[in-house]
Amino acid sequence: MESTIVKAINYNAYFGDNHVVKDVNIEIPKNNVIAVMGPSGCGKTTFLRGINRMHELIPGATAKGQIMLNNEDVMEMHPIFVRLKIGMVFQRPNPFPNLSIYDNVIAGYKLNGIKLPKAEKDKIVEHSLTRVALWKEVKDSLTKKGSFLSGGQQQRLCIARAVAMEPEVLLFDEPTSALDPISTSTVEELFHELKKNYTLIIVTHNMQQAARVSDKTAFFYVGELVEYDDTKKMFTNPSDIRTQNYITGRFS
Amino acid sequence: MGNKVKYRIGKSAGFQVLTVVLAFACVIPLIAILIYIIRAGITKINWNFITNVEKPVGEIGGGIAHALLGSVLVIFFASVMAIPVGILCGIFLSENKKSRLAYWSRLSVDILQGVPSIVIGIVAYIWLVKPFGYSAISGSIALAIMMLPIIIRSTEETLKMLPDTLREAGFALGMPFHRVVLKIIVPCGISGILSGVMLSVARIAGETAPLLFTAFGYQFLSANMAKPMETLPHLIFKYAITPYKDWQDLAWGASCVLLVWVLLLNILTKLITRKWKVQL
Amino acid sequence: MDTPVNNDLITRSGITLERVISSEKIRDAVKGIKRIKRSHRQIKAESIFRRTLTIVGLSMVVLVFGIMLTLIVQSFPSLKALGVGYLWGQTWDPVRDIYGALPFLMGTLLTSFTALIISIPFSFAVAIFLGEYYPKGWLANFLKNTVELIAAVPSVIYGFWGLAVLVPIVRSLEVSIGVPSIGYGIFTSSLILAVMVIPYAASLGRSMIQMVPSNLKEAAYSLGATRWEVIRSVILPYTRSGLFAGILLSLGRALGETMAVTMVIGNTPLMPKNLFSTGNTMASVIANELGEADKAVYNSALIELGLVLFLVTVVINMIGKKVIGRFTNE
Repeated sequence: MESTIVKAINYNAYFGDNHVVKDVNIEIPKNNVIAVMGPSGCGKTTFLRGINRMHELIPGATAKGQIMLNNEDVMEMHPIFVRLKIGMVFQRPNPFPNLSIYDNVIAGYKLNGIKLPKAEKDKIVEHSLTRVALWKEVKDSLTKKGSFLSGGQQQRLCIARAVAMEPEVLLFDEPTSALDPISTSTVEELFHELKKNYTLIIVTHNMQQAARVSDKTAFFYVGELVEYDDTKKMFTNPSDIRTQNYITGRFS
Repeated sequence: MGNKVKYRIGKSAGFQVLTVVLAFACVIPLIAILIYIIRAGITKINWNFITNVEKPVGEIGGGIAHALLGSVLVIFFASVMAIPVGILCGIFLSENKKSRLAYWSRLSVDILQGVPSIVIGIVAYIWLVKPFGYSAISGSIALAIMMLPIIIRSTEETLKMLPDTLREAGFALGMPFHRVVLKIIVPCGISGILSGVMLSVARIAGETAPLLFTAFGYQFLSANMAKPMETLPHLIFKYAITPYKDWQDLAWGASCVLLVWVLLLNILTKLITRKWKVQL
Repeated sequence: MDTPVNNDLITRSGITLERVISSEKIRDAVKGIKRIKRSHRQIKAESIFRRTLTIVGLSMVVLVFGIMLTLIVQSFPSLKALGVGYLWGQTWDPVRDIYGALPFLMGTLLTSFTALIISIPFSFAVAIFLGEYYPKGWLANFLKNTVELIAAVPSVIYGFWGLAVLVPIVRSLEVSIGVPSIGYGIFTSSLILAVMVIPYAASLGRSMIQMVPSNLKEAAYSLGATRWEVIRSVILPYTRSGLFAGILLSLGRALGETMAVTMVIGNTPLMPKNLFSTGNTMASVIANELGEADKAVYNSALIELGLVLFLVTVVINMIGKKVIGRFTNE
């Protein structure tokens, strides 16, 4: 029986009076890849951003309920602590333009004021870049700024940056939708490796991607978690009619 | 770890407080000046004040009528000169985005915008006052030169934003270029152009430096543009630096009038710009 | 057209028919001529209009060129008689024909840079407040409009207020410090200038800060940064050149300011010894003395100062605009 690492209990999210995520209850097991899918506007991204308390950064955004990380309620912790344990990768690759590749990878430490000796920093950089299969490609250009990297490489750099903080959970917000197909498949291969050490929650509107990479899938519709099951079962024999309609392309 | 984070959170909150304090501190001088000037000047304003011209020191009943009329005339003639030229130049720049002349012209307007007002006063002095003597019209010309970049800039920006399809529609109907511009483009952009005009008038209404050696000053009520003429800002300057109390009082009254007048103009411009949703 | 049918009828009414035909032809011809005339008129009007536009566009170049040329030519007498070294001369005594502009250069530099230093924290605070903390809302609008109104107040009113309110305050400050208490001087001018110059760096800084992509800010937040840390490590580096351009804009404004400075600086042509000395700036000495400068060299020396002001402010503004252009194009 896999242990649960993230558990949402009656989680609700609002933009002002707009109730965009309704009463979500979900248990996410450790070292799994969970895909979160659904049509646009269904609340999947809002839910994802709620997990690491990014949702409330938007003026007027509020949330209710609990999100347990192991045994602590994320909603009760200060967001900084949450984000040290739950990392995020965004839709458009966003390496810091004024920092070198090296500095980008350890940016999290610098931002949090954690001072490390150079040897340890080097280790973290090499370790993280290896984890995202980028080390060999950039190890000779670590001091250069990341602007010459391709989109896929930049995104992997962002993953390395998140991984460097050694979080327990990694959140991905449509991580390959801005990438070309080759970069997409390179990043998807990473998920398989990454889940050995982290738990991955990936929002995607690409059903094939969800089917390819995830162990379990959650289907959101109009703010509600409609169905949540093993990916194989979800795609071959969904229980809910709405899930079935989505999968068969009745709406997208 | 927890303490370090608490410190960082505290630092962030502290910075926000500092920012708010410094930002709103900027409001203080403005309000202080407003209150002081209005209080010092409002009591000096009466019918005599508005209708009389200045009297020698010691005589009561001096007023600023000549300066009021002078300001109105000087600004009026400056506008008459600057507005058509400015709008036409703005049209030129927006319709000729790539030509070499347009590049140099645009650069010239940029340069003109940065020239200090006293330098423009010097130039008007050299061109018109040295050969012909002090005159109100030379002051108007100096002010007109200052108005030009503002009008040109706002006209160009407004017209540039109009979609090309508008022009194409006009041309497709067989309209000649000048009709397309004057009957389609300019009316569509009229709100932005007008806002630019209002802004430019608000800008020069309080200017003194260019008038120091052009319109100079004059004690009597006059509408002769070829002779020196008193203006409100110049009167304030002249009287403020004298040691005589009744002249200083006149300056306070005049300052009150000028300040309220300029602020109202600016606020009006802002309201109209927002109402017409213009982006300058 | 010749129709052989009913020749008689045609012959009798042929005149009418022909007349009808020909009058129609004439009407068409007239219409055609009118249309051609109108088109010709329109084409002529169009070319007149285009030519007018070109002339107006050209006139701007001519105007600026003329300004520059006038300043240079009118500075010749002074350049010839005094040489360029005049700018470094320390004594200004027109009565005895001694001209040295260093006191005014120093006065200008001291007042402008002191004003800049004083105003920058305030300008940046406004820029960060409006750009990052509160980009929208009635409070933001209030602050934004108020700061813009600061730039709208005529400088002679700043000067008069400075004269009446600031000078006594500075005088008592000087007493408490133990400096000769005059009240007028470089420090007072810098204070007024600082207030006048706040809106320029503030508004440019605000628009630069608003342009920082939220993508980058979110990346920093997701790594656990506090708001201040996001500002320091993402926003400020990103907007560095834009903020610099804003400072340049404020500086350009400060260098050319005349009236407010003239009224509180004390107008002495001596080298300022410290921040509390009285002095003069290039702009204020021109304002005070050009009207009475009867001697040719005197007159020309002042105009040469105007030329220096012109060149310096133009260069600073151009650099500022270039920096902004590069920043918005990246």
